[in-house]
Amino acid sequence: MPDINIIFKIAGVGILISVLNIILKQAEKEEQAQLLTLAGVVVVFLMVIQLIYRLFQDVRAVFGL
Amino acid sequence: MDILLFLGISLVAVILLTLLRQELPELAVLLSTVVGVIILLKLVGRLTELISAFEYLAAKAQINEVYLETLFKVMGVAYLAGFGGQICRDAGEGALALKLELAGKIIILFLAVPIMVAILEMVLRIF
Repeated sequence: MPDINIIFKIAGVGILISVLNIILKQAEKEEQAQLLTLAGVVVVFLMVIQLIYRLFQDVRAVFGL
Repeated sequence: MDILLFLGISLVAVILLTLLRQELPELAVLLSTVVGVIILLKLVGRLTELISAFEYLAAKAQINEVYLETLFKVMGVAYLAGFGGQICRDAGEGALALKLELAGKIIILFLAVPIMVAILEMVLRIF
């Protein structure tokens, strides 16, 4: 089911970023950790936008909004 | 369209969310939104059959089409306002959720006014 893959993709990105953040914090590179979190949020947000667009189109079609 | 599918998705998502909640609250909000959207996508797909059944019944009972369409619009607005409001409340933005639901209520009022006018005219015509 393609939809469920997205959940695992996002969770994967999240876990990867939290691990990388810990590594960066130990290497005293705080600002890069912040930038990494921002990049992760942007990537995930792009994935979410397409899904939300599909939902709005379906709801508009079904309810005739 | 069995309940197990939705139960499975939401259980997996809850576990992943608790994992993400401590380190990255932003992604947790995004993930909960995605799960909500996925479940709604699967439900909305099934709603078309329900709506065609209602239209069939309305046609049988000679109910005016406009009333049914407005009813579906109101349902859609309430559905979406509730969905958005819950997401905002989960993210901790209670005020935003209330504003969104207020907007939904006002839009529903706008949709309901023509029907009220029609009913009033019908009643006045009787007396």
